[in-house]
Amino acid sequence: MSTGTLVDVVMPQMGVSVSEGTITRWAKAVGDSIEADETIVEISTDKVDTEVPSPASGIIRELLAEEGETVPVNTRIAVIATGDAASEPAPAPADEPAAQATQPASPEDTETAPAPEAPAAGQPGEPPAPEAPGPGPSAQAQTQAPANGDAEGRAFVSPVVARMLAEHKLDINRIPGTGRGGRVTKKDVQAFIDSGGQAAAAPAPPPPPEVHDVPHFAPPAEPAPQPPAAPAQPAAPAAAPAPAPVVADGEQEIYQFNTIRKVIARHMRHSLDTAAHVTTVIEVDMTGVVNLRRRWKPEYQRRYGVNLTYIPFVARATIDAIGRWPWVNAEVQGESAVIKKYVNLGMAVAVDDAKGLMVPVIHRAEEKNLVGLSRSVVDLADRARTKTLTPDEMSGGTFTITNPGVFGALIGTPIIPEGQVAILDVEAIVKRPVVVTDEHGNDAIAIRSMMFLCLSYDHRLVDGAYAAQFMAQVKENLESWDENAFGL
Amino acid sequence: MTTTTTTKTYLQAISDGLREEMRRDGRVFLIGEDIGVYGGAFKVTQGFLQEFGEDRVIDSPLSETAIVGSCTGAALMGMRPVCEMQFSDFVSCAFDQLVTVAAKQHYRVGTPVPIVVRLPSGGGFSGGPFHSQNPEGFFAHCPGLKIACPATPADAKGLIVQAIRDPNPVLFFEHKHLYRRIKGEVPDGEHSVELGQARLHREGSDISIITYGAMVYTAEEAAQQAEERDGTSVEIVDLRTVTPWDRQAVLESAAKTSKVIVLHEDTHTSGFGAEIAATIAEEAFEDLDGPVLRVTAPDTPVPFSPPLEKAFLPQTEDVLAAIDKLASY
Repeated sequence: MSTGTLVDVVMPQMGVSVSEGTITRWAKAVGDSIEADETIVEISTDKVDTEVPSPASGIIRELLAEEGETVPVNTRIAVIATGDAASEPAPAPADEPAAQATQPASPEDTETAPAPEAPAAGQPGEPPAPEAPGPGPSAQAQTQAPANGDAEGRAFVSPVVARMLAEHKLDINRIPGTGRGGRVTKKDVQAFIDSGGQAAAAPAPPPPPEVHDVPHFAPPAEPAPQPPAAPAQPAAPAAAPAPAPVVADGEQEIYQFNTIRKVIARHMRHSLDTAAHVTTVIEVDMTGVVNLRRRWKPEYQRRYGVNLTYIPFVARATIDAIGRWPWVNAEVQGESAVIKKYVNLGMAVAVDDAKGLMVPVIHRAEEKNLVGLSRSVVDLADRARTKTLTPDEMSGGTFTITNPGVFGALIGTPIIPEGQVAILDVEAIVKRPVVVTDEHGNDAIAIRSMMFLCLSYDHRLVDGAYAAQFMAQVKENLESWDENAFGL
Repeated sequence: MTTTTTTKTYLQAISDGLREEMRRDGRVFLIGEDIGVYGGAFKVTQGFLQEFGEDRVIDSPLSETAIVGSCTGAALMGMRPVCEMQFSDFVSCAFDQLVTVAAKQHYRVGTPVPIVVRLPSGGGFSGGPFHSQNPEGFFAHCPGLKIACPATPADAKGLIVQAIRDPNPVLFFEHKHLYRRIKGEVPDGEHSVELGQARLHREGSDISIITYGAMVYTAEEAAQQAEERDGTSVEIVDLRTVTPWDRQAVLESAAKTSKVIVLHEDTHTSGFGAEIAATIAEEAFEDLDGPVLRVTAPDTPVPFSPPLEKAFLPQTEDVLAAIDKLASY
């Protein structure tokens, strides 16, 4: 048996009363490769307009309906070749695709029951898919269940059956199944062979489009979801063309979410739906740090070749404060708090002209001094922008710092990355007149470099008093920076 | 070669095997609590004191550690001791002597330790948590020990004889519930059964049950009912010995029926059935047409209460349920 398979994409049922759907736009052409869950087609029905995610990864073998065409629910509209089948030559294109498409195979013709859901749709640990409009099946591309599939459209092929099929070169779709849910059992195969089925099946042609089987076993689990702001996969540099509006008129432009955008959207929503977000703001007098940085910046550049920014100062002050207030460097797992004894510091980095966001992670940040942190910040930020981070460098964060202050922002309430309980928002350093008190208790108005730090934290674990004391510690660390510890 | 047989109980078969080996080999002696004057808690050694004298049938103090330890010492001096744990549950007191000393002696020093530990085991008579267990799983995990769990009178005799002749420590689990309940033809005179050879208890084509000890009969009853009901053909493989165990016989049966139930009276987690199931998964994967199912006691102590103990021990209905599940898979 070929290990590759052909997977049908059918017009999904978008609600009980919906009987047909219109192809709005094909997102892929024949020959394009597609990932599972990537949008293959946009459709429009009476009830909803939506994108249809691909039920499988592979190569688009056929598109069976044209844009603008309306077809009944469960009509095959595309075929995806997966695995080895993807590398086999595609059949010659139909001479008259339109004619073919106007006579779509009805479900009865293919002896299949509509499968409610694509097998590759769910990923463990993912937030539940948003409910489909109406009580019908969710808005997934539907694969047609083989004749011997069970109610979920899966056809489990047991190890011994797989071996017998291979040994006798049999097509499982020709064998009636008597097992649970119509599964083809060893006995069924043996009976088929005994009744002479083998000879009949021997000259079986290469699988025609109607014939498709499903993998014997579920594919490997998808990678675990990344922290929310971090895209699950680094987009290859070549795969990040300047986005072009797919629908544009004089009034508006519509862009499809790219992969990064989709991941961001999913994780941000999920984080807000799980963590109990609270934000605490504290004001820090950065005058000392500002002066230090001004004084040391040229020396840093000369000695270490690193541009000294404020972020490593804040990072170091934060890491030291975490040492005393470790519950902000933690994870909520069910009803357990997992307190991390190391600090993997996430650094939010705007990419794609600020239309995307990545969160590279400085692993074991607590082991790094100011120079080390400076190097890591610069390196990771650069490589985030050039999309050359490795997956390891974008995962495992335990605490995250984001820095909209560089653009002058004053206050923010960031969303906590999943798998963490706090994110520190570093705001703009602004000179402000403030009341200062000298050692004799005399008040005076002075011009100081002030900065707000905003900490969003998960109130399921971290309470306000704890967060405030953590923030006070960060503030103290920044305001009392020891210059002697600075030369390194 | 013609062998005459006599119908005997499981208990008589063990007794006969012991007696014949003692008559044959002067190095064989017995030691245990109340095995001499009283004839043993279950009367397996009744009359032995009179026949063999108190030098060869020794009533020991109430210390399983001392019993097994003295056996190991005697074995090192060339004897062939057979000791009795009054109930197999008590063997935990001798765990160190078995696992640390007897099991590792040959590996460490190169000297054989030909001892036999007789272990009346199993439940079914409201013995409660201290007199009903099947502790073979603990010892199956220990390299250096052999474990026999006979189901039939003939195997009980053949295996006790072979256990005595084997140069290694052998734990001989004799199921108390079989002692007087099970009768069968037992070869007269010389009869031994090799350790590590399974016995095809019942031939079948649809489902295999791998089991040993008293559960052979539970499996048998379930198999008969399944056959009468809808013709499901169940094969039963009686392992007879847990260490070494007959992997080939199990894998052959798995290949034949492609659907396997592993059945034992011991509790579930880390029971020997897990080892069997894992081996089938590793070595007979492409022969399987369904999941390997385990039917075992649950992970609790053995209850006193008769209805609770019935619920605890694998029953015919439990095996039938597994048969049905696999048959319809």
